[in-house]
Amino acid sequence: MDTASIASSAQERPKWDNKVQYLLTCIGFAVGLGNVWRFPYLCQIYGGGAFLIPYLIALVFEGLPLLYLELAIGQSLRKGSIGVWHSISPLLGVASMIISLLVGLFYNTILAWVLWYFFHSFQEPLPWSVCPINENRTGYVQECVDSTPVNYFWYRQTLNITPDIEESGTLQWWLVVCLASAWSIVYICFIRGIETIGKAVYVTATFPYLVLTIFLVRALTLPGATDGLRYLFTPDWTLLMDPQVWLDAATQIFFSLSLAFGGLIAFSSYNPKKNDCERDTLVVGLINSATSLYASIPIFAILGFKATSNFNSCINSNILDLTNAFDIGETNITMENYESWLTYLNTTDPDKVSGLNLKHCELQNFLDQSASGTGLAFIVFTEAVIEMPGSQVWAVLFFIMLFSLGLSSMFGNLEGVLTPLLDLHLVPKWMPKELFTGLICVMNFLVALIFTLGSGNYWLEIFNSYVGSIPLLVIAFCEIIGVVCFYGMNRSVHSLNTTQSDRLKTKKLKKYFYKEPLTEWFFVEPKMVLLWHRCKEPFKHLYF
Amino acid sequence: MLAGVLLLIFLPPLVAKDLCKDSQDGFKVRLSIKTGLGDDAYEWNESEMFLFRSTLAYAMRKHSNQDTYTIDNILVCNDTQRVSFVFVVTSTDDPDQLIPKEQVELAVRQNKHRINNAFLLSDMTLEFMGIPPTLSAPIIYDTEPWLIVFGVVIGAVAVGIVALLMSTVSKKRRAKEKAAGLSEEDEGIVKENGTALSSLGRKEGVYNQAFSNDDRFTKL
Repeated sequence: MDTASIASSAQERPKWDNKVQYLLTCIGFAVGLGNVWRFPYLCQIYGGGAFLIPYLIALVFEGLPLLYLELAIGQSLRKGSIGVWHSISPLLGVASMIISLLVGLFYNTILAWVLWYFFHSFQEPLPWSVCPINENRTGYVQECVDSTPVNYFWYRQTLNITPDIEESGTLQWWLVVCLASAWSIVYICFIRGIETIGKAVYVTATFPYLVLTIFLVRALTLPGATDGLRYLFTPDWTLLMDPQVWLDAATQIFFSLSLAFGGLIAFSSYNPKKNDCERDTLVVGLINSATSLYASIPIFAILGFKATSNFNSCINSNILDLTNAFDIGETNITMENYESWLTYLNTTDPDKVSGLNLKHCELQNFLDQSASGTGLAFIVFTEAVIEMPGSQVWAVLFFIMLFSLGLSSMFGNLEGVLTPLLDLHLVPKWMPKELFTGLICVMNFLVALIFTLGSGNYWLEIFNSYVGSIPLLVIAFCEIIGVVCFYGMNRSVHSLNTTQSDRLKTKKLKKYFYKEPLTEWFFVEPKMVLLWHRCKEPFKHLYF
Repeated sequence: MLAGVLLLIFLPPLVAKDLCKDSQDGFKVRLSIKTGLGDDAYEWNESEMFLFRSTLAYAMRKHSNQDTYTIDNILVCNDTQRVSFVFVVTSTDDPDQLIPKEQVELAVRQNKHRINNAFLLSDMTLEFMGIPPTLSAPIIYDTEPWLIVFGVVIGAVAVGIVALLMSTVSKKRRAKEKAAGLSEEDEGIVKENGTALSSLGRKEGVYNQAFSNDDRFTKL
């Protein structure tokens, strides 16, 4: 081997060790927090089983084509997002890169919050289960008594949130510490680019499925699980008439597959040219949707269990009030005969009964208290975990699962930044890759400190609403226009033809892509108009 | 005479009942035995009431440091099926005098733990209406547990980062040495007459047995 070939091998593009690594990385990028805390919520509010129809239609007509486009174009042109769109409009690639960078900033802050909860899950009792005692030891902290211990722990002890975004507050040192650990963990996985990412995804992409299975088994044995599941899946077909449902299904598919970030283009650019990207598209797209469905079952079983325990405590507190007021024998009033006792006491002494201010307990009300986004993970689910026997184990498992889900999505975000920079040769030759990735992580950490302020949560909501929604739709739309109109239908099909020799497949592809701009127009244009209106009100939920 | 004797016999309990029922210094007590003990719950009867009165007498003794309190100083009334009743404490000097509410409250609060244990109950299941339970002290850790977990995680990550960086450095060093070694070989090829001395590696030459120096030992 002579010196010339040694020199060229150093410049050679890195590649995946095997196909499994590549698929796991793409799946890990697509499957993120949104599959766990956004999809089940949408399923529930849009009529359960009926929501699957717009969801699957959106997957077939919107998600899979866009996914195929990104994977194919990255693989054939073997460049990151800037290089790939260079001939059409370099701005498109730059936009993708900037979006990836900004999303990575706030996404890792959420992982920092997950780490904070994870660190606290090793305590007995769990810190969000009891109110802390105030300074004079006369009672509990008033703010906590007015609200619930779970809310208090999230808003006061974690975020230490200020009343509004105008008041910045100070840097919360514990959040800075957690943010630093989150970025260190991201750095160690990302240190050599896809070399280390490829190893890390063996764990981060597969571990959530293990935890979801454990939760599934546990959740189905909890009382009230069937109520939750019935509530989730009972189809309400009338809601299909509402255009909002279709819009949300399309939006969910789009963000769930992590399109337009440039990360998927970057990952597939490290593939050999003769890779079957059509099959990869199907695998990634279908596994992403299947994971959403699979995750919604234990989540809703546990929410059903929580609603049932809340309902039981409500009834039991009423029973206690009645027993104490009327000095009835201790276990004479039970949940079964509560109603008959109540009517009896109401007839004999209605004034006393009304004076007790008994709570109105209705299981449906408790089931309706669902949430999505950080509310689901840090408030609703943590409350449910307290009621489960062996709470520490479940809390630890849950937060590790959230962390792995988020970490594998972070890889895609950062790769969408790193690959274009490397392709543009913006990295000085003397700088080793490890140093460069380290610099990126340190800079991101410093900018993300804004989210650790007292008003950090408000900033995060702003970033999520304005960075992580409309710009991605615009980029995706431009990508479609770019491929279909400028790059040319025949050229792209022809270049893909080298990967599949089946003529029939080529014909189907042509038809698919020709139909695609029409369906894209149909979905994206009204989507953008409606989302523009929604921009006025803050987004409460996270899609990814 | 007989009427007087009868009056003397029946007056104290009647007066006692009045003391208990009408007084402002009484406390209502509520026990939730079945809630607290489940299947191990005991029956509430006269003996249990006797125990209660004796524990209260004990509490008064400890509080006032007087050994004169007996079970007769504790009067009970308004017994209900709930297992709730009202009690008052009479003074040791004068059976018609009641100990003020504040004193009784202090006595109970000081000894609540002992009273709870006598009945195998807790602050939630043995309630004295009007006497709030003393909250247990918050646990103060030397090092917060979450900091310990954080330390473990961060330590493992730091070790990992250092190990990966070291392996990169050593890989680069090995690559450099290999490149240096190969470049020497290249020079070797250039110096000679195009013969493939690279196959010899770093050897100076091959010892050709045919031209050895021991031909003086040939057998001729």
